[in-house]
Amino acid sequence: MNINPRAIQKSVEVLSNKKVGSYHHMVFSVGEMALHAKPGNFVAIAVGGNSSAMVLRRAFAIYRASDRGNFGGTIELVVAAHGSGSRWLSERAIHDRVDMVGPLGTAFGIPTEPVSALLVGGGYGSAPLFGLAEVLKQRGCRVDIVLGASNANKIYAPLEGKRSVNTMTLTTEDGGAGVKGRVTDVLPQLIEKHNTEIIYSCGPMAMLEAVDIIAQRFEILHQCAVEESMACGIGVCMTCVIPLKNDAGVIKMQRSCIEGPVVDGSKVIWGSSRQIPSGTWGHQSLGVQNHE
Amino acid sequence: MSDFQSFDFRTKFGSRYFPSPIFTASGCAGSGKELSQFFDLDELGAVVTKSIAVKPRSGRATPRMAETPSGMLNSIGLQGPGIDQFLADDIPWLQSKGARVIVSISGETIEEYATLARKLRGINALFGIEVNISCPNVENRGLVFSCDPVASRAVIEAVRRNIGGDYPIIAKLSPDVTDIVSIAKEVVSAGADGLALINTLLGMVIDIDAARPKLAGVTGGLSGPAIRPVAVRAIFQVHAALPNIPILGMGGVTSGRDALEMIFAGASGVSIGTATFGNPTAAIRVKEELLGLLQSKGFKSLKDAIGVAHG
Repeated sequence: MNINPRAIQKSVEVLSNKKVGSYHHMVFSVGEMALHAKPGNFVAIAVGGNSSAMVLRRAFAIYRASDRGNFGGTIELVVAAHGSGSRWLSERAIHDRVDMVGPLGTAFGIPTEPVSALLVGGGYGSAPLFGLAEVLKQRGCRVDIVLGASNANKIYAPLEGKRSVNTMTLTTEDGGAGVKGRVTDVLPQLIEKHNTEIIYSCGPMAMLEAVDIIAQRFEILHQCAVEESMACGIGVCMTCVIPLKNDAGVIKMQRSCIEGPVVDGSKVIWGSSRQIPSGTWGHQSLGVQNHE
Repeated sequence: MSDFQSFDFRTKFGSRYFPSPIFTASGCAGSGKELSQFFDLDELGAVVTKSIAVKPRSGRATPRMAETPSGMLNSIGLQGPGIDQFLADDIPWLQSKGARVIVSISGETIEEYATLARKLRGINALFGIEVNISCPNVENRGLVFSCDPVASRAVIEAVRRNIGGDYPIIAKLSPDVTDIVSIAKEVVSAGADGLALINTLLGMVIDIDAARPKLAGVTGGLSGPAIRPVAVRAIFQVHAALPNIPILGMGGVTSGRDALEMIFAGASGVSIGTATFGNPTAAIRVKEELLGLLQSKGFKSLKDAIGVAHG
């Protein structure tokens, strides 16, 4: 099995950096890296410059990738400046260069038949869903999208994104835009109304879990892009693991950068932060463990 | 351009020669497959594998990682497939890529180390065994082997007895001890051919919003440039006491300059660990920079540069 089979490492130029709501929409000139990027893939970027005290790479879901256009291949990201690394990236100016590795991770599975798809995004987790919507539309799928956040400023819903979906529903917890509440409050009626056959989701783990419960209740496929903090993005650090059940029913701690970020929601053992699910392969029952 | 022909970049641990002194650090190179997308593994002096245990290990729960100033804490819990699957899957693949392999082993009892050594006996591709003794000894209240000279000796003796042949044994020591030189002397007299200095330092981060330890495992191993001066100190002290024992130096090396510091302190080789997380090609960068630095300083061989800071 090849790992990271399409990934390359490259110094890439910032072509554009625009503030959109709470986020930064950034475009990078990446050459051939864009060629193999699929919706769901991510890139890993070194932050802070050469003398930085930030030693770990940051992972960002690809918002869009294009291998054509005036600048050759481009990759676009939606950056939420939550921490010192993402803030550094969001402060890069046009013509600055950053060290990027990509494309990495698994991609959303695309149905071979035209189906009715429901896309669910939380906060900036909506970013990879617009590229996915375009691909699904090209395959003749019906595409409905639900985007939710705590307030309207944190919903990432660009105008051009609306063109590739049949309907767009917004939810905010403060009621400032769309329906007051959470994405999961509107999912059941949307599923029934549009005869949804597959759900794609991206956002915080708690939201993915809540979406998965609804997907299971309606017995529909659910592909989700999981979020676990990573140190490298390329499968060597073993920090971004989540418990996944394989086809034989065995639970293993799997890297979300290699076996994910896109996984089958029904294979995830949810609610496993700070604990190893019982029955996990190789789980030590002894209290004594090595610190590494 | 660097001229490999005129410079002797080789290094030696026990009976084995390596064409370059830059190795990966245990637990920082995955199975090798992850990095081979970015460079050829035979460009490294050796691939040091993750520490492998007798049985499969799930490792610890998440969060397993916290970034710290110029470093990180990790609490992986030695996740791995166990020795049998490792020998069936990982070793043949690494061999097929021409990688020189040093297998790192970890146990919770002396008998487990002995078992691991027996299973590795007769595998011709091996260029050495790294014995990770920074593991809790379940037979002695969970006290880490490497903090106890008697337990450290017992582990190395058990590996030496069971490994057979002339495989180099490299003992990896913890810096979390009062006197690292006394531990080094014990393991060398027990049969270690070389020493890996240093393992991570035990550290901790509190999440002030949740008011609890950031890591699910509470404590974690600190690595990265933050610990480099500790590593240089340990290498310098041990080389002064045991000048004929080759040392594999590690701890926050990110550049050729950092590697040269360790070689001047007394290291015969240098492993790249956390730097690989920030840059998949860090080891290759360090190798090229180190070669350039050694040549620009007028050295004719790596060997001539080892320990020169001791005067």
